[in-house]
Amino acid sequence: MPLIDSGKLVDDAWVRLGDDDALPAADVPVIVSLARFHKDRASLAGRNGGLGVWLASNQHPKDIADHLADFALVALDFPKFRDGRGFTIARELREHLGYRGVIRATGHTLPDQYLFLVRCGVTQVEIPEGRDPALWAHALTEIDTAYQVSVAGPLSMARLARHKTTEHAA
Amino acid sequence: MSPTAAARQIDPPANGLPSHAGIYHYDQVDRDFLKQRVEQFRRQVARRLAGELTEDEFKPLRLMNGLYLQLHAYMLRVAVPYGVLTSRQVRQFGRIARQYDKGFGHFTTRQNLQFNWIKLVDVPAILDLLAEVDLHAIQTSGNCIRNVTSDQFAGVASDEVVDPRHYAEVLRQWSTLHPEFSFLPRKFKIAITGSSADRAAICIHDVGLIAKRDADGNVGFEVYVGGGLGRTPFIAKKLRDWLPEDQLIAYLEAVLRVYNAYGRRDNIYKARIKILVHELGIDAFRNEVEAEFARMPVAEYRLEPTIIDGIRARFASQPYEALEPISGVLARARLEDQAFNRWVRTNVAAHRQPGYAIATITLKPAGGIPGDVSADQMDAIADLADHYSFGEIRVTHEQNLVLAHVRQDDLPALWKALSAIGFGEANSGLITDIIACPGLDYCALANARSIPLAQRISERFADLDRQHHIGELKIKISGCINACGHHHVGHIGILGVDKKGVEAYQLTLGGSAAEVGAIGDIMGPALSADETVDAIESVVGVYLEQRQDGERFLDTLARIGHTPFKDKVYASH
Repeated sequence: MPLIDSGKLVDDAWVRLGDDDALPAADVPVIVSLARFHKDRASLAGRNGGLGVWLASNQHPKDIADHLADFALVALDFPKFRDGRGFTIARELREHLGYRGVIRATGHTLPDQYLFLVRCGVTQVEIPEGRDPALWAHALTEIDTAYQVSVAGPLSMARLARHKTTEHAA
Repeated sequence: MSPTAAARQIDPPANGLPSHAGIYHYDQVDRDFLKQRVEQFRRQVARRLAGELTEDEFKPLRLMNGLYLQLHAYMLRVAVPYGVLTSRQVRQFGRIARQYDKGFGHFTTRQNLQFNWIKLVDVPAILDLLAEVDLHAIQTSGNCIRNVTSDQFAGVASDEVVDPRHYAEVLRQWSTLHPEFSFLPRKFKIAITGSSADRAAICIHDVGLIAKRDADGNVGFEVYVGGGLGRTPFIAKKLRDWLPEDQLIAYLEAVLRVYNAYGRRDNIYKARIKILVHELGIDAFRNEVEAEFARMPVAEYRLEPTIIDGIRARFASQPYEALEPISGVLARARLEDQAFNRWVRTNVAAHRQPGYAIATITLKPAGGIPGDVSADQMDAIADLADHYSFGEIRVTHEQNLVLAHVRQDDLPALWKALSAIGFGEANSGLITDIIACPGLDYCALANARSIPLAQRISERFADLDRQHHIGELKIKISGCINACGHHHVGHIGILGVDKKGVEAYQLTLGGSAAEVGAIGDIMGPALSADETVDAIESVVGVYLEQRQDGERFLDTLARIGHTPFKDKVYASH
């Protein structure tokens, strides 16, 4: 999957590991399901490459709250672009759990959702094959007024109607 | 006579809008935002037309801009924030109706305006015309927080405690392109009132708010959740008795988060928050909300009094004249003209300012289509608003319009002018003041036609003497179980059903959307359109026979029960 970070196409070093896949070399960063994380915690710990966890849209951030320090990346699944649970999960990871690592959106999202994703704390988006990455870059420039608090700014309700997202973006 | 006080004018007059109309007057930030939003949608339409977006992907994007695909054409639903408009905005509706529709528009139960005959390629140009007058179609559809609705008498009602418009505007801005709540399980509707009489039907909304004051005069909110109609109707349950003003946004965020995380996504008919509240129970739901609320960095979400002051300052106030509380002109006109007197009785309400009145323009002429207004009528109403009501027009959830600041002395002239354009009917709150959804004439979801039935009932009961004799009686018609015509809460509700391929109608009795909301009970088997009109005649007959002094229809029904009505309606079957 092509990967977008800050509006740009970037290389993806992470390997998404199936639950039965063998572990790659220790310096390759891997993303595992929550089930595999619990099953293989011992062998997953102490690898040089980063460790990431993948959450389905019905899994809750509180399920990983105690282990957040283990994860350099949390991947959130959007099974359909209309399923907006990932927005709340991302915001909760940032706002309530203070998570500072990478949050990656996977599955089906649209460029039209990109700004919302960023404002909820998502840092990377896997985009469907065959889509024009330029649309994602452009999506960040379309609307520069934000009427509400979000983890990527603005950080308060003050001057409710008067915030430019670009002035406050983290 | 000179104005009572220096009434606040927004200076410079916004886009040439009448500066005393009681809308939120946009500033440059709001206008820049709206331009960007229109451009964004223009590109989305272009991508769809170029095949870069599938219809499945485009659908929620167009819905969030109020664009539906109906039976014969696209329908564009324009947001009228909490139902308040300026005369210039109404004239712009007229221009769009002439240029891009068939010369009329349709006011809805959500205080919005719909154009029913729109071409997709024209939509960006229409949005440009709307933006010229600070209007848009943002979030009038889709699974997001919809246009916030309110009391059509906000700011002028004699029974008002808090003006709900300022808070409705806070909610409008806060909910606009909300990053977290634009892909909810289902749509989310918020209604707010600030009076003891509930004219905003808050009990049938996902969240209903009653703004009130404590003993020290501080503003707070009573919060209701989980009301709604559709195939599983619920009256909203109380979530909080007192929510301090500065916590309004934080608390609503908590409610929406619980809903977004736990609301059902497996079945479109079980996805509204009312089902979540029902399945969890109000106490468990409240616990979830309060737990989320307790975790939130409340300071960041605090709605400072200065924010509300800033928004309040962008609402113009009206330069009322100092008048005698009782108008001699009005009193004489009522004595001299019975027809005018009748209109005053049904369509005029008390205003908090001495010598002024609130006039309801019912868009329900005998045999007419509820809520339809032609472009010429729009222009005429805009002129009347300029002349008599500081250039302001309001839309009610009962599909009527309101001129909210009319001098009592001017009421006779206003009524004559309204009569001349076909909207002088003295029927507000009476049996022909029918709410009806667009039904099978337009809507792809409908089972049956609503509009022709409303027209036939309106014709049957056209005699105003008889209507006034019957008194308050609210008929609400929905063409399908989605209940856009609010049939569940009609005193007499009518639901269109498909009876083996034939349009039929199921009647309910005893619903109400007033302070004590109630869902009506089904009377019996569905009837044909002809039979339905006769059945209403029978119901009215039983009521008139049985009513005791001063009883309204609902009172008699509560006293004698449903059986006498049922027996009479089904006697001939």
